[in-house]
Amino acid sequence: MATTLFTKKPRELSYNPKRPVWKEKPSALYQTVKAVVLIVFSLSILTPILLVVSTSLADTEQLVKAGGFVLWPERPTLEAYATIFKGPMVLQSLGVSMLVTAVGTILALFVTITMAYATSRSVLFGRPVILAVLFTLLFAPGLIPSFLMIRQLGLLDSLWSLILPGIFGAFNFVVMRSFFMNIPGELIESARIDGANDWQILWRIVMPLSKAVIAVVGLFYAVGFWNSFFNALLYINDHSKWPIQLLLRNFVVQGSGAADQLGITTTPPPQSIQMAVVVVALVPILMVYPFLQKHFAKGVITGAVKG
Amino acid sequence: MNSTTEQAPALPEARRVPAPAGGKSPGSGPGKRKRNKVPQQSFRSRLRRDKQMLLMMVPGVAFLLLFFYIPILGNVIAFQDYQPYLGIGDSLWVGWQNFVDLFGNPDFIHAFWNTLYLAAWQLVFLFPVPLVLALIVDSLISTRVRRIFQSIAYLPHFLSWVLVIAFFQQMLGGAGFVNNLLRDWGMDPIPFMTNPETFPVMVVVQMIWKDAGWAMIIFLAALASIDASLYEAAAADGAGRWRRMWHITLPGLRPVIVLLLILRIGDILSVGFEQFILQRDAVGAGAAEVLDTFTYYTGVVGGGWSSGAAAGLAKGVVSALLIYGANKLAHRFGEDGIFAKQAR
Repeated sequence: MATTLFTKKPRELSYNPKRPVWKEKPSALYQTVKAVVLIVFSLSILTPILLVVSTSLADTEQLVKAGGFVLWPERPTLEAYATIFKGPMVLQSLGVSMLVTAVGTILALFVTITMAYATSRSVLFGRPVILAVLFTLLFAPGLIPSFLMIRQLGLLDSLWSLILPGIFGAFNFVVMRSFFMNIPGELIESARIDGANDWQILWRIVMPLSKAVIAVVGLFYAVGFWNSFFNALLYINDHSKWPIQLLLRNFVVQGSGAADQLGITTTPPPQSIQMAVVVVALVPILMVYPFLQKHFAKGVITGAVKG
Repeated sequence: MNSTTEQAPALPEARRVPAPAGGKSPGSGPGKRKRNKVPQQSFRSRLRRDKQMLLMMVPGVAFLLLFFYIPILGNVIAFQDYQPYLGIGDSLWVGWQNFVDLFGNPDFIHAFWNTLYLAAWQLVFLFPVPLVLALIVDSLISTRVRRIFQSIAYLPHFLSWVLVIAFFQQMLGGAGFVNNLLRDWGMDPIPFMTNPETFPVMVVVQMIWKDAGWAMIIFLAALASIDASLYEAAAADGAGRWRRMWHITLPGLRPVIVLLLILRIGDILSVGFEQFILQRDAVGAGAAEVLDTFTYYTGVVGGGWSSGAAAGLAKGVVSALLIYGANKLAHRFGEDGIFAKQAR
């Protein structure tokens, strides 16, 4: 066995220099199966996205000819987008979603950073208390009591009901805290000797060192706020305060007669208009995705390993 | 808490972390203030010393109280005949009556079994997919192919469920892309999205589409931390690829698999709430009613606050028991599980 292992011809090695010498050459069957799995999985993700974007850009003539969907717009047009932005509904809900996302992310970062820093150094009480609290966060308080709380606070039909319940996430807190715990104590100690107080240390020393993790956690929160739809379903009745996800649900997923609510006169709405709403909700995520992807793997692994 | 007590557990702590991403050494543990080394500070002076740190906790603690702990206490309405105009204080206490009614309610029983049924589907068919994907990706030699695949596979995790369902409808719905093609070819359309019988399959497929790529990350990280020389030694001893996988890869992944399973089991009764809310109208309550949707429709939509809360509480208690049981089982098999990890 060993002889076959170590008598590989140099030509084969240079053909694929990274394959370790001891690894047998993959059989054609394995390679095919692997390739098929990966390609099918990738295509299943890419095709719907392509389909939706293309359909939203396609002109009526091509759509009718193709029976409703196209995989490639022959004569791309922005007509569908012009139509949906004519009515007030899409613009309003975009505005709501952006506002909630912006305010929510800033508040969430503030709460998470202060909490994570304050618990990353031992103060009055120590680890056991924090771990016990973290453990309880595995559970959820339940739908009805949360709803009653929001109602008790008078937040029904207020945008705060979309913001406040989301400003602290246990997972993000753990990621942030374990990052802060890795900052050498000597740095903080020396700042203290120089007379800095805890707020100054957090602002001048800890936060500049943690830009990357703050960016990741901020993006996680932002994506969460942008994507959340159930809170709006629970707490918001007023149509003018619907976030984009709820609009999408009522307009596209349920396909109800929301078209006239959108202020659009063409009913039933052509496919391209529905798809344009989908794209509007999708684009912001696609825009931040490269940033997310650059950092998140590290963040997730840190959080997962340190629990 | 002074630094000597903190230093003592610091050593085993650093030893236990399997592969710290930050490379934490025992020496650079949580920074302690020098003042801390002075023993026996009075409570009051420690309070003064930590004043600002405690102040920093105020927003977080306020959040936890308002949106977490007080709502947990709010579950007491499960034992009341809660009337919104009376409030928790004045509503009548009815003991276990809500639960008795609940378990006599065929809709609830149906939702309960349906939840377990769907949960079983997910556990069996959903869990292995990310693992298989991770094994394939890990075996790729070209980093370029690897990176491209990962970029594609992670993406759906960041899309909302509303978008995911919209995509599925456009692809597989009655008037969707695939059925249009089928009609063009003269075949009957297939009701992928509205057939209650195949709904469990659909749910699992949607979950795989959205999160399998993402769930792969953690397996990839665990795979990367397995010592490559083990493989080399095994290969030199004549172990083929399958034996190496059986004797090196899978044992190396065992702690991660166990941990993820426990977390999954604790969450399993939630089966995928938004998915069901979004599709309940399409496939009907028979297939898509689960404990969470039951709670929502009974409580929030129907105004049966107390029975809704009782259903939610029943689910919470069963989930907690499941976590506890799974963890016990993990300890039995000699794994850390979740509590040991927490108590590190």
